[in-house]
This record gives sequence, structure tokens and C-alpha cells, in this order.
Amino acid sequence: MTLKIKNPGLATSIQDLGRKGYFHLGIPLGGAMDRYALRAANMLVGNDEGAACLEAVFMGPEIEFTQTATVAVTGAQLPIKVDGEYQEPWSSFVVKAGQTLSFEFLQAGARLYIAVSGGITTPEALGSRSTYPIGSLGGVDGRAVQAGDELPTGGSEGPGAGRTVPDSLRRKPGTPARLRVLPGLYWHRLTDEAGAGFFEDEWKVAPEADRMGYRFKGGRPLEFVDREQPFGAGADPSNIVDGCYSYGSIQVPGGTEPIVLHRDAVSGGGYFTLGAVISADMDLIGQLQPHTAVKFEKVDMAQALEARKERKGMLARIREELG
Amino acid sequence: MKTRYTFGGDEHVYVEMDDEMSLDAFFKSLSMSNAVRDAKIEGVTEICPANASFQVRFDPDAISPDDIMAKVKDLEHKAETAEKRLTTRIIEIPVFYQDPWTHETLMRFRERHQDPSGTDLDYAARINGFDTVDAFIEAHHSQPWFVSMVGFVAGLPFLYQLVEREKQLEVPKYLSPRTDTPKQTVGYGGCFSCIYSVRGAGGYQMFGITPMPIYDPEQKVAHLKDFMVFFKPGDIVKWKPIDRAEYDAILAEVEAGTYVPRIAEVEFDLDEFNADMRGTNAKMLEALNDA
Repeated sequence: MTLKIKNPGLATSIQDLGRKGYFHLGIPLGGAMDRYALRAANMLVGNDEGAACLEAVFMGPEIEFTQTATVAVTGAQLPIKVDGEYQEPWSSFVVKAGQTLSFEFLQAGARLYIAVSGGITTPEALGSRSTYPIGSLGGVDGRAVQAGDELPTGGSEGPGAGRTVPDSLRRKPGTPARLRVLPGLYWHRLTDEAGAGFFEDEWKVAPEADRMGYRFKGGRPLEFVDREQPFGAGADPSNIVDGCYSYGSIQVPGGTEPIVLHRDAVSGGGYFTLGAVISADMDLIGQLQPHTAVKFEKVDMAQALEARKERKGMLARIREELG
Repeated sequence: MKTRYTFGGDEHVYVEMDDEMSLDAFFKSLSMSNAVRDAKIEGVTEICPANASFQVRFDPDAISPDDIMAKVKDLEHKAETAEKRLTTRIIEIPVFYQDPWTHETLMRFRERHQDPSGTDLDYAARINGFDTVDAFIEAHHSQPWFVSMVGFVAGLPFLYQLVEREKQLEVPKYLSPRTDTPKQTVGYGGCFSCIYSVRGAGGYQMFGITPMPIYDPEQKVAHLKDFMVFFKPGDIVKWKPIDRAEYDAILAEVEAGTYVPRIAEVEFDLDEFNADMRGTNAKMLEALNDA
């Protein structure tokens, strides 16, 4: 069975849970930006939770099915249609052989996840089907999906229509979006005042927001503690001797616009990082549109672990609901 | 050198051996990251060595952050007593300095540069006190380099020159990064040289280009058949200046699948190097010339 891509949308790519063990060679984690939504979509259609799905940004693709399959769409909110007939989000439905799945305009969120029973079965590269276009890995010949592509799937019909994730378990960012941050890494480079200001100010998602990272604007510039720059670091006070970047770490080049590094981020570089968004909140970033208001909230490790447990608990409840 | 431990979110331990770059800091970071790897700590999913620091990724569902932090700290003494000695390889990388492709690119992004009136090499030579670009190029390739980190993008090596600190070349990055850099550009930023493994954005000054691929996801290039990434931390590199004719000839060999990089196995001992830099380098270059 194949999925015939009639229209790819804006930037639709094949993603799973990501690539493990190659970050030390500069090959990013990859995988869905909203892994919670990807897992839920796979559960709805009876797949392994890490099966490859389509991740579409701001705009849905148009896909013709060559065989009957169970489908689910999670994440961003936009009307879903099969041959013109509306379907429920975060719920399984059936697309019959010859029918076309399409979408109307985006209403909320940023990234939708389309799971198909059997999963997408393009070849794995370094243990994952996730698309990393810079390194030409995974996806369709190392690139995003294009019109005319025929994507192979596992071909099973799946559990059929009628499975749904309850509203309370459809995780999405609030207004303003709250992103919890654990200070650390090179936090000591900031003055106390700058550190406090970072958490006090309201920020807005900048237009430069993609799978590599999300940039934020609108807060006060950050001041650095005076020092003579160490040998090899570079002249700007925001520079360090190039080191690894943690997943979710927040760099602020020149002290002006924070960037949260995401799934396809560079693995290292020469900018200081003030800490990292906690693992439980990384999914939410994948659902932020440009200009969305964001507050960073300071947490400690115990709170980060509690949030992580809560997210896991929500996924466990979806698993129970769907049996 | 004072080691600093911190967390990167709830999934990383970050260890900085020193805030400035030195071979001592690199060796300590490499030894300690190796000790963490050898300890096979349950819940550790990846270890990433960098220039003067390293990062341990862990699964907080399998090991608590405090436990992993304590275990990593316990290994510091091992790194301090470890032999600062590596069995590694020295590789000759051909470089076509002042090539037409990086030249075209640097002209296209001139307004993002500190000195829009000249080239990246003109600027680098001047601020490092060289009278001519040729003399600067000579300083860049005459002594070998150490791969102190692999990363940024797929398989990109950061290289640190094996010379006294006062002889280190230092160049700032572009004022604002370029959106394009030719594949296999030999770049420079801070005290590091690099080779861009793929085409893409970049902020390092551009000096030249190598015809030798260092990353091939399809693994068709002969010397990348075993693994798609060529470099690993600890590799030693000697740049070999080449002209257009040699560049074209090597490119043809690469395409025909007959190109074999010149490589020799060498021992690198940090104490021996610190005692006699030029002598240690000469010995390694001799091994390379015999290969």
C-alpha cells in the first residue's frame, strides 16, 4: 500500500521518535517536535508508538490512499476531510482505497501528525526514518515530502474508526504559553538582574521558528557578567569555547533573542546557554505559531521530574483508554 | 583548570574542564568522557566529547539526576591519572586555498563581514600580523592539527593547531552568519579550523576547499564505505596545499572510486608534545610521508 502525495503542504516530513546515539557526530536527535502527539496518533491507529508518521507544519497535505487504512490526526487543530467529509481530530477514522485525505486552514497549534495503520515504511537511516535534510538522512531520499511521492506503508487495515483520545488528554500550550526552564549550563554568565528579567518578561515567538530551533523576541536584552573572554572563546560576551548543546537548551547570541534548540538543532557551537526547557515541555514548542506570547517559568530539578512524570502519566492514560 | 559540573535540563549532565581552550583541557575531557563510557552506567544513553567539555545524556526514568551526577564526578580522578597518550591516525587533507567557489560565496556575503573591502584570507592575515596572505596560508598548513570535536552538523570536525599558544591563529566569526557555505569548505573561527561537511549556513571565515569528501550518507565514496562520517575526536590532520589541476585530479579520483586518503598510524603523547612541539610534529609528519 502507498500514500500518493498530491500536494505536500508547506513543509511535510516523515518523522518518528528520532535517531539515537549519533549526536556526538553532529547528527541531531531528529524525530517529531511534538512527540506526545505522534505517540497518541500511533496509538489511535494501532501502531507501535514510535512508528513513522507525517509531520506537517501550518498546512495539511493532500494524500490519496491506494488501500483502505485506519488514520488519525493529532496535534495542530484544523478541519480534516476524507473525500470532502469532515473527520474528528485525535480520533481514528477509515480512509478507503481511492479516497483522498485533505485539510482546511489551520485554526490552532502549528504541527499536525498523521498516523496511518502499519506506519510509513520508507528505509531507515541510522536506526530511524526521521528526515534530516541538512545531512540527507531518512525521509524520502533524505528530504521532505514532495508532490508525486508514493510513500510505502505497513499496509494493515488497523483497528478502524471510533477510537478517540479524551479532551483532557489532548495536550496543548496555554495562553500565554508557559515553558518551564531549568537554569544551568552557562547561567553564571548572566547578571542577577538579567537572569530575573528573562523570567519576568513576556516573549513572542519570532518568525525564525523551525525544527532546528525556536527564536523569541520582545524581552529585555540580557547583560553579561564582565570578564576577560577566555582563550578560544571569541570576542563577544555571549561566546564560549565551542561545546555540546543540550536538547532544549536556550542560547542567546549577543544577549538579545533567546533560541530554544529543538530536534534538528546543531549539536554544538560557541554560544553560551542559560539552561534548558524541561523535557516535558518540549512537545509544546512544536505547537507554537509565530507571534505567540510565551512566558518562561523557572523550575528546579524536582519540579522538572514531576512534570516529566505527569506527561508520562497522560500517555499511560491514553494507552489505557485505547486498550 | 577547574572542572565545573552542571545540568542541561533534566536529561543532560554537562562537564566543563576549563573555560578556555587548551590541549590539556581537551585531553582531560576526552579521558573523562571515555571513563564515563567504560563505566557503562545504567541509564546513560550517549556521551558527547567536545573541545574542553563534554556532555552525558541520560534517561531520568532510569537513573536519578543526582545519582548520575555523583557517578560522573567520581570518575574525575580517573581522568586525572589517565595516560595522556593516544594511538591515533594522521591524515593528509588536500586544500585548494583561495579557490573560486569559496571566493564567489564570500563575495556574495561581503556585507556580513568585518572587512567588506577584501577577502576572508586578506582579513585573517592582517589581524594575525602577517605581511602576506601566502605567509598566513603557510602558517595554516605547515604544522598539524588535532580534531578536538566532531559536531555542529553531520560529521563536521573542529581542529586545533598543534603549536604554542602565541602561535595560534585567531579570527572572529562573520558578524552575521552566511546562509550558504560550499560543501567541504575549510573554515576558521576563534582558534579553530573546520571542514564544512555539507553545504549550508555558517559563520566561520572561508580559506579554501578540499576535494576529499568527509561525509556521505549514501556511503558510496570509497573511504566512507564503512561509515558515513570520516572524523573522530583525536584524529590528527595535516593540510596539504594543492592547486586547481591537483584539485581536479583528486575530484576525478573520488568520482571514480579510486581516491585513497594518505593516512598513517601514530602515537600522540601530550607530555612529550608539550616538552618538544616541533620535534613531536616532525615525527608525525615523517610517519605520514612514509605512508
